[in-house]
Amino acid sequence: MIPTSLTPYLPLLISVIYTAGVVGFVFLFVLFANWWERKVSAHMQDRLGPMETGGWHGWAQALADAIKLLLKEDIIPAAADRKLFKLAPYVVFTGSLAGFAVIPFGAGLIGTDLNIGLFYVVAVSSMVVIGILMAGWASNNKWALYGAMRSAAQMVSYEIPVALSLLIPVIMTGSLSMQEIVAAQEGGFWHWFVFRSAPFSLIAFVIYFWASLAEVNRTPFDIPEADSELVAGYFTEYSGMRFAMFFLAEYGNMFIVSAIAATVFLGGWQPLLPALDFIPGPIWFVGKAMFLVFIQMWLRWTLPRLRVDQLMHVCWKIFMPFAFANLMLVGLWQVLVQ
Amino acid sequence: MDLLHLLNQGLFWFFVVMTVVSAIVVVFSQRVIYSAFALLFTFFGVAALYLFLAADFLAASQVLIYVGGILTLIIFGVFLTAKIYTMDIPQQTHQRYLALLPVVAMLGLLTYGLFTADWKTVTPAAEPTTKDLGQLLLTTYLVPFEVASVLLLAALIGAVRLARPMQEEDRD
Repeated sequence: MIPTSLTPYLPLLISVIYTAGVVGFVFLFVLFANWWERKVSAHMQDRLGPMETGGWHGWAQALADAIKLLLKEDIIPAAADRKLFKLAPYVVFTGSLAGFAVIPFGAGLIGTDLNIGLFYVVAVSSMVVIGILMAGWASNNKWALYGAMRSAAQMVSYEIPVALSLLIPVIMTGSLSMQEIVAAQEGGFWHWFVFRSAPFSLIAFVIYFWASLAEVNRTPFDIPEADSELVAGYFTEYSGMRFAMFFLAEYGNMFIVSAIAATVFLGGWQPLLPALDFIPGPIWFVGKAMFLVFIQMWLRWTLPRLRVDQLMHVCWKIFMPFAFANLMLVGLWQVLVQ
Repeated sequence: MDLLHLLNQGLFWFFVVMTVVSAIVVVFSQRVIYSAFALLFTFFGVAALYLFLAADFLAASQVLIYVGGILTLIIFGVFLTAKIYTMDIPQQTHQRYLALLPVVAMLGLLTYGLFTADWKTVTPAAEPTTKDLGQLLLTTYLVPFEVASVLLLAALIGAVRLARPMQEEDRD
């Protein structure tokens, strides 16, 4: 059915199709998460949220908003730095989307199983910081600049506890490859890294989850976007399609940090129990990631925002010593066991 | 196979052009902020070129350290400079003819080195480089590694000391 002359191009073709599929998934996820976040927030505040658009519980509200955003005028402030203002959303979006290349959705379902996969994700996420700084600067707006500076300071600081806690599953696996980390957690939830060699990995999971909230600028670490003091932070001046790109990147990042947590601590696409393996891996994986996304939303509508000094205190004086001690103890544990 | 080869070559030249063009912007831009942001593309281009040399760990380190750390710091530095747009930043060229001398000398030296050096080429290792790198860093090269760490720590403490001399006086 496929001519033999085309066989050398098959891997290329497959990667193109896979990439298109992942981009499609990100769009769908963002539409869904947007609607879901409104519903979660509404129900937590004893409201109903969107109910009209599309009929059943306003399911088409996010879709309608997306179309509205596409049709909106693209406003560039007169005093803005036009070149950087236009470039910034692309940098942020690229940095966010690049992470999806190594997210293992299923047994063979991964963009590329790099042998430095986990390290790669941590590295490309630093591109987002530059994009945010670019947006904040180019807007020529005090709120945007404050938001960008806060955001960058926060993301750079919290990268350290994130990386330190991600090292623990790496030590336990002996590999940075996402698929190998998942494969090492085979056989029921008691083999997942979060429960194995407890309490170290459990502490690492908790530190990773909290620090990743700061990495994606979500409550209680949302001071870069604090709407009550900074309007909207670094994207205050953005509208229409460019705003939509920041929005996509932000929700995409929410999924990425949840997907990493699911991969390295919660067994990735492995089923909860070995007997449940008739349910396909991608469903397990997306299910676990979505559950963590739900927890992120839950926290957002439950906890108040931290102050800047509290934020830095938590990072440098609480997470860092714990993460370091944890790392050393896990190293010692592995040496003693082996 | 021709198309794949062509694609490979095309990507290689894309990254080469990206690195060189953005590096030119870094050097010649009249606005410091553009130089700082152009560095992003230079660092990424260099990381991509490392990938073509099968040095995957080095490429990811390049992005993490240079883009995530150093570039962020540089941009912070530029942001904190007062009146960045209106200030007359000495980015123009002065004393062109005098400068020509070291430039030509440097160019000659580099060209000489480029054509006479005995370039050692090795076939890219099929094995991941990360494990070997980690082992070497903690065994053979432990002392240089630790010395570099202590040096950076000293620089960090020195920077803090320089940045807050006022606090010291307050305490007295």
